[in-house]
Amino acid sequence: MIIPAIKIQDLAFHYPRQEGICFNNFNLDIAAGERFGLFGPNGAGKTTLMNLMTGLLKYAGGSIRLFGHEIKNHPKSINTIFGFVPQDFSFYPELSARENLAFYGAWYGLEKKQISIRTDELLEVLGLTSVGNRLVKSFSGGMKRRVNLAIGIMHQPKVLFLDEPTVGVDVQSRHAMIHYLKKQNESGTTLIYTSHQLEEAAELCTKIALIDNGKIIAHDSLEGLLEKHGHEGMEGLFLALTGKRFRD
Amino acid sequence: MNILKATIIKDLKILLRDRVGLFIMFFMPILLVVVITSVQNSTFELVNNNKISLLLANKDKGPLGKEMIDGIGKIGLFRIQLADSLDENDVSAQMRNKDALVALVIPAGFTEIIQSKAEEIASRALRDPDSVQAKIASPQDFPDSLHMYYHPVMQTSFRQSVEGALRSAVQVIQGEAIVKKLYEAVNQKEIPADLEKQILFGQLPISEIPVSRTGSRTIPNASQHNVPAWTIFAMFFIVISLGGSIVREKNSGSFIRLKTLPASYLHALLSKQAVYMMVTTMQAAVVFAIGNKFFPYIGLPVLHLPKDIWALLIVTLVCGYCAVSYAICVGVFANTSEQSNGFGAISILILAALGGLIVPSFAMPAHLQKVLQISPLHWALEAYYGLFLEGGKLRDIWLNILSLMGITVLIQLFTLYGLKKKNLI
Repeated sequence: MIIPAIKIQDLAFHYPRQEGICFNNFNLDIAAGERFGLFGPNGAGKTTLMNLMTGLLKYAGGSIRLFGHEIKNHPKSINTIFGFVPQDFSFYPELSARENLAFYGAWYGLEKKQISIRTDELLEVLGLTSVGNRLVKSFSGGMKRRVNLAIGIMHQPKVLFLDEPTVGVDVQSRHAMIHYLKKQNESGTTLIYTSHQLEEAAELCTKIALIDNGKIIAHDSLEGLLEKHGHEGMEGLFLALTGKRFRD
Repeated sequence: MNILKATIIKDLKILLRDRVGLFIMFFMPILLVVVITSVQNSTFELVNNNKISLLLANKDKGPLGKEMIDGIGKIGLFRIQLADSLDENDVSAQMRNKDALVALVIPAGFTEIIQSKAEEIASRALRDPDSVQAKIASPQDFPDSLHMYYHPVMQTSFRQSVEGALRSAVQVIQGEAIVKKLYEAVNQKEIPADLEKQILFGQLPISEIPVSRTGSRTIPNASQHNVPAWTIFAMFFIVISLGGSIVREKNSGSFIRLKTLPASYLHALLSKQAVYMMVTTMQAAVVFAIGNKFFPYIGLPVLHLPKDIWALLIVTLVCGYCAVSYAICVGVFANTSEQSNGFGAISILILAALGGLIVPSFAMPAHLQKVLQISPLHWALEAYYGLFLEGGKLRDIWLNILSLMGITVLIQLFTLYGLKKKNLI
């Protein structure tokens, strides 16, 4: 039997003392090796679902399994299975890119030599070698996004969660990041990705789920969804399924 | 690579790159200690060496008013300035003009009052000694008393010292008058000048000897009192930098990522403890070194270091660990930097006041004497004073160190509760 990268069963979650996003009997399977895109309007529950899958939020009921390991109450050691690239910049601006990678590499449990090799590799492929020793606070937005990504994949995880990783970056940075993510996927990393950049779905994702109000309203490959709903582009499909009403 | 080692390196780099933070952590304690010691030293000199400006208005036409002024001059506490006007309504303006904190008005007929009192007491004493006791202190016998005016800025204890000094001058005048009258009554002639002086001024001197555990007779100076006290304060004031750093990290994206990594956030807190322990130890080392080597160059008394340097190091480490634990606790519970800074600064001031850094603990009311035991600054101060003022060794201050460690354990447990409650570990 093939174990899915992510298996969510009967998930129940709501924010305490808050109106808004909640999940009830939410189910989702993401196969290993997939490039899975989670799309939806603002407030649909994408980031909440991402936080639940990475253990940042605790769910009330149901289960989320990561390669068969229950996320809730998991031992910290299973966190080596996945990497997380949060929407916010998640590094120390007062350190250089190399220093950030060395620090996070140690926290992932990598040896000094592994850290050194991997740091050189990542700086190279993400075009940061020449600025590796500069303090990150002096970087442009695109460079900071690439550092953010590099930290998340430092330990070559089996699953990589990416919460809007390309927001606010220029075309060159986005291209480099998408290109590298595809290469990572080819080497076996499952990608789980949220974004508002609908065109990236076509470029990157092998499977897509549209979620709204904590529910999956469509789930298939991009081609399958377009064919099923009779749309030519992702934007038309998105508006048809989620409506034109503002959500924030 | 070891997680703790990597985290310590990270924290050290961030700390060393924050020049303003370093300035605040090292320069401000030095400034604090220098300023407070200078102020306390000048107060010490004011009481012991400098003179208080005293405005004197003598309405008396007789000799005792002048003798009273001479007597006050001999006390050595006052710089006497004679009033331009004898009008008591004018005293306030004259005090302001002459920058005097105290004014004394010797009433008209002062000589007559003193002499008639002396005569009465002398004659009664010769007739019936018991009747003197009953009469001597009745206020109606002094219808026009001496008036002492004082600036409201003078604290009660200081005012009482001044009043005591003036009272002793009056007593000398009164005593002299009584002795003269008694002598004249007994011997039917005036008292010889040398005998008069011998009777009145032949008091036994009082030698002041500080008590120390080592038997040293070195008189503690303002530096011995203030440098250890304000070094403790500076160490605890690290709450501003460390508490704020924890809040910023908690609220930053880096913390979100740390929570998803396969290591506990406790590593981050242990690292901060190690790094900031280094900071507090260095703060103490720098301040003590400046007190010892630099103070004499700026006119401040030298700070004599304790003989038991190991005990000094242990107290400093334990105090630093307590300060760091307190800062982390504040940082864990605070949600914003404003909360951390505001609560941290004010709570340290309160703990310093309770701990006897601002007012000596022996001068506090009985109920506060019990409350002050909850202040870690109190136990740190007691331990430092045991070393700096009493010349004690580690065995003399172990109880203070133990109390400080006990409070630190309680703070750590409370922090652990906060970490669990806030889902940080």
